[in-house]
Amino acid sequence: MNKAVNQKAWFFVLPVLVLVAFNAIVPLMTVVNYSVQETFGNNQFFWSGLTWFTDVLRSERFHASLTRQMIFTGSILLIEVPLGVLIALAMPRKGIWVSICLVLMAMPLLIPWNVVGAMWNIFALPNIGLMGKVLNDLGFDYNYTRQVGDAWFTLILMDVWHWTSLVVLLAYAGLVSIPDAYYQAAKIDGASRWAVLRFIQLPKMKRVLTIAILLRFMDSFNIYTEPVVLTGGGPGNSTTLLSIDLVKIALGQFDLGPAAAMSLIYFLVILLLSWIFYAVMTRNEEW
Amino acid sequence: MARISLVGLKHSYLAHPAAPDDWALKELNLEWQDGGAYALLGPSGCGKTTLLNIISGLLQPSHGEVLFDGRDVTPLPPEKRQIAQVFQFPVVYDTMTVFDNLAFPLRNRGVPETEVRTRVQQIAEMTELSATLKKRASGLSADGKQKISLGRGLVREDVNAILFDEPLTVIDPHLKFQLRSKLKELHHRVPKTMIYVTHDQTEALTFADKVVVMNMGQVVQQGTPEELFLTPHHTFVGHFIGSPGMNVLPCEIDNGNAVLKGHRIATANKAPAGISGILELGVRPEFIHISDTGLPATVTGLSDAGRFRIAQVNCLGQTLKFLVSEDHPIATGEVHLTFDPTHTHIYHNGWLAGQEGLA
Repeated sequence: MNKAVNQKAWFFVLPVLVLVAFNAIVPLMTVVNYSVQETFGNNQFFWSGLTWFTDVLRSERFHASLTRQMIFTGSILLIEVPLGVLIALAMPRKGIWVSICLVLMAMPLLIPWNVVGAMWNIFALPNIGLMGKVLNDLGFDYNYTRQVGDAWFTLILMDVWHWTSLVVLLAYAGLVSIPDAYYQAAKIDGASRWAVLRFIQLPKMKRVLTIAILLRFMDSFNIYTEPVVLTGGGPGNSTTLLSIDLVKIALGQFDLGPAAAMSLIYFLVILLLSWIFYAVMTRNEEW
Repeated sequence: MARISLVGLKHSYLAHPAAPDDWALKELNLEWQDGGAYALLGPSGCGKTTLLNIISGLLQPSHGEVLFDGRDVTPLPPEKRQIAQVFQFPVVYDTMTVFDNLAFPLRNRGVPETEVRTRVQQIAEMTELSATLKKRASGLSADGKQKISLGRGLVREDVNAILFDEPLTVIDPHLKFQLRSKLKELHHRVPKTMIYVTHDQTEALTFADKVVVMNMGQVVQQGTPEELFLTPHHTFVGHFIGSPGMNVLPCEIDNGNAVLKGHRIATANKAPAGISGILELGVRPEFIHISDTGLPATVTGLSDAGRFRIAQVNCLGQTLKFLVSEDHPIATGEVHLTFDPTHTHIYHNGWLAGQEGLA
């Protein structure tokens, strides 16, 4: 059977193309445009090639914020993923408590990000905040506005509080989709609780956990609002993560060229790490 | 290896069962010999899986006892009962190789690795998995996975019984026959007690030496495939086994004999004196023949079923089905029918008259 060739079909793709162009390609291209030019004001731009890219890649400031970003993302993943799985395992599977637990878990996810930042900012204040005051009364010298360790502790605690629920909900969805027969077979095979976790629950949760880790990785790598409201990147530059640093360069110093180059490198780092992670997790699987 | 006895077994999923319908399993007593091949046959929701889970220990019965070789195992958990179970949907441990899957029940019980190796090789050879031992179990097809499930049951030497819960549901039709013959063959090589749950009469009748037919939480008949076919103890067995099922006609009783609209019908059993309730006559399509004299009937339809044809007739206001061989010419219009007296039975409230309630 011969199919008629009808070029009009392209018109159906056009709306999507226009949409994607306006929300992704055009903004991205303006950034690319800035990243290869130098300006001395008066809206005059000069071609500068890849100098901004080499500058950013060699800059110690960029290295420092990238390292801080890696430490932050690494820590919250190391805490949130195992904790989320543990909470999901402990959640009830049937009865009225299921809905109660799910709603409780969803709560932190519903709070606007700057509200979370403000909440923790006040909650952790050493002289009046509930947590800060209690810690100091207990004899800890806790002050997140002055001490680097305390700032990091508060930052990570805030993220864990805000986002562990996401991992819990995804892991729980993976857990409840395991048919009863698996648990029954394991019982008959004499498997221990640990073996059930290792050979049934974790493998069955692998897909949702891959998604959970990817989402948490990308979100935490992009995080801006919460740390800005909580610490503003301080004390000093100690909690200045990549996005905060980027905003400082772009809007604080108005260095459009370096900021644009840094944005592109930032974007490529996220893309590359996500791709590597995804490829490794799904290397011998048919999805 | 064990003889399995079920004594006064009853089960309800409700905390306080009151009505008879609250019971998923009504009281039953069964005795299964060591090394036998049994099938539990019945429609969905008849309680066969409940019964199987009680035997394996996944479920605690509300009442009654499960005995293995006379020893009460009712309170024991599944891993202490030395039982294997193959489920409807194949259960394999995805991240393990086929070898590790088969070795899993042994390793969990602390069997030495050298013994694990020989045992797994042996079972892999029996279940035709030798070639795939090093592959990951998740890559196998449904029938391969079901073989792994089966292998995990066979691998333990101390297994008392192997239970199958509709194991061929997800298997492709052309492989079903193959796997079924494989099971039968394995039962000859490994003479362990095997209990096979299914709603498919062909599977039950080909696999088992003895079939237990269940309906609505009750055992309606236990017997060899032949017994179930020739003397169904309940009209349900007549319907459920055979294709098409048994013809069941309301009848009257005169002096212990069946009377159908004034025609006296010779039957294998007699109704006891003073009987009342629902009285029916049951005769399988195989045992109705066209003759020169007999019950008048009108042919209303004829369908081809391959080796034979199924005739549908209207006989004294009732629809009857019977078999006609391919080469036998069948008159259209008016015919006369006779029922084979040795295979025609009177049923009282559904049960074979004179045998009421004797499962």
